[in-house]
Amino acid sequence: MEILYASCVGLLVACGVFLILRSRTFPVVLGLTMLSYAVNLFLFASGRLTLNKAAVLGYSSDYADPLPQALVLTAIVIGFAMTAFVVILAIRGRADLGNDHVNGQVPTNNNKGKA
Amino acid sequence: MIQHLTSLPVLLPMLAGVILLMPPCGKNKQIRRFSSVALSFITLLASVLLLVQVKEMGSTTYAIGDWQAPFGIVLFADPLSTLLVSLTSLLGLTCALYACAGDDEKGSFYHPLLHFLVLGVNGAFLTGDAFNLFVFFEVLLIASYSLLMHGGDKHNTRAALQYVIMNLVGSAIFLIALGILYGVLGTLNMADMANKITNLQGDDVYLAKIGGLLLLVVFALKGALLPLHLWLPNTYATAMPVVAALFAIMTKVGVYSMMRVYTLIFGDEAGELSHMAQSWLWWLALATIVMGAIGVLASKDMRKLVANLVIVSVGTLVALVAVQTEEASAAAIFYLVHSTLVTAALFLLADMIGIQRGKVADRITIGRPVTQPILLGGAFAIAAITVIGMPPLSGFIGKVWLLRATFESEYGAIFWGLYLLASLALLVGISKAGSTVFWHHQNKGQDNVEPVKAHKYQISALLIVLLGSPLMVIFAGNMSEYAIEAAKQLHDFSANISVVLGEAK
Repeated sequence: MEILYASCVGLLVACGVFLILRSRTFPVVLGLTMLSYAVNLFLFASGRLTLNKAAVLGYSSDYADPLPQALVLTAIVIGFAMTAFVVILAIRGRADLGNDHVNGQVPTNNNKGKA
Repeated sequence: MIQHLTSLPVLLPMLAGVILLMPPCGKNKQIRRFSSVALSFITLLASVLLLVQVKEMGSTTYAIGDWQAPFGIVLFADPLSTLLVSLTSLLGLTCALYACAGDDEKGSFYHPLLHFLVLGVNGAFLTGDAFNLFVFFEVLLIASYSLLMHGGDKHNTRAALQYVIMNLVGSAIFLIALGILYGVLGTLNMADMANKITNLQGDDVYLAKIGGLLLLVVFALKGALLPLHLWLPNTYATAMPVVAALFAIMTKVGVYSMMRVYTLIFGDEAGELSHMAQSWLWWLALATIVMGAIGVLASKDMRKLVANLVIVSVGTLVALVAVQTEEASAAAIFYLVHSTLVTAALFLLADMIGIQRGKVADRITIGRPVTQPILLGGAFAIAAITVIGMPPLSGFIGKVWLLRATFESEYGAIFWGLYLLASLALLVGISKAGSTVFWHHQNKGQDNVEPVKAHKYQISALLIVLLGSPLMVIFAGNMSEYAIEAAKQLHDFSANISVVLGEAK
């Protein structure tokens, strides 16, 4: 289970980083979303992966660490708000700048080196 | 009341933000402005009261919801954090007052956002919990994103987009670092983390090291340390100057977190992990100073110039953090207060100069003379002397102190050489800017533009931050004593632990 979980997180991070390094805002936003999924999964795993354990005391003899779950909840809420903000900002950037390049202008062939 | 005082610098700005959104403040401009300034003043008052209380009765903690540490979240008020909280509240008051001259009407919700930003910064300074630090970082960031867009044009959108993306990646790294540290240590209370890190063994040590160094990446990003400083000049130069003045404290949040984390958690007591970030911080800080100084020389307008000055001050502070002696921390605390006030003053000045010069704005070229040369020129001279570090103002004291603090350290000689050269570069850059703006005019009598005078709110706000420097010289004795005391408590490992965890045992 650990290997599967870890590779999922790793794959999400890899995709996220790849997409964030793209030059258009839409892939970047997607990349940020993927990265935040990966982060949430990772945070969740920091309380160790266990099966059949309650997070509330007194319901089973063994119990899971409830704190990472609270942390993930906080992280999800914050990440959601931030993603919403960056989507709006990207749309406004598209409207204000006339294109969706993160630098505000699409590099032409002449100055490819600069972009 | 007194026992809840620690929470007030966090609660009051939050209440203020909410009050300002509701009627009658939401509807009426005058009432909104008045209540914003009044509420900032109350926040400042509470912060100063807390500072006095901590000074007299020693560091205190405040368990939120009475959940005791290490299980609940605590606020931790020691001389360093209360000093910075007071500084933030003062800056908040200044920016609220300055914006009343008309900047707050260029977009929506300036005043509530300002209070939310103060909430985030105060919280980040006061919190004793690593995850709570993340939450307050996000609070201050989301307020800063919106403030950055306040009254902006398309350059602003571009800078804001890059700033937001950078910081979102930073937040993701922050969470990963916290996840690693929690997985290894089983706690997020900073004092408890410091306590547990001494007993780590085997592979856990390396995991904790990875976590700690990832945190360094995050703090370097927030503090604008090379090579993660590239967002800063554009962001600060395209934001409205009054917002940029408020942002002067934000890089300091990164530096403060470094101080806290690498002195308390990864400090003297951390066994194999003690001082692990030191070598990184030291060289990066030196490189940051050099880049900032080059940036100052290359700046084409006043706001970019000040933004580069911010980078130089961050480099200086981080170099002091890297030395990790009590004296260096004391010097850093003094320098931090001084540099925050003076960069804020310079941003406000750049705005006033820009308004009075019409089309040329704050670009460093020949143009129309300013309408009030004596007022603005005098203020600029004072601020320039302060920021360069020439006698007799506070920059000089800070500079002498930090040079003395780094004298003993391993690579002190390199720091001396680089720092003094950078100061020379600042001197050249700022004098060039000042003389071009104030002395080289183009008098063609071409424009029949109404002469614009600085608003009385603008002048009084400028005076608040500008007078900080002379006051820091007049009360240099008290100020340095306080800084030394704050540094002593910052480095006092066992006292910190017992204050936070004492009640739990």
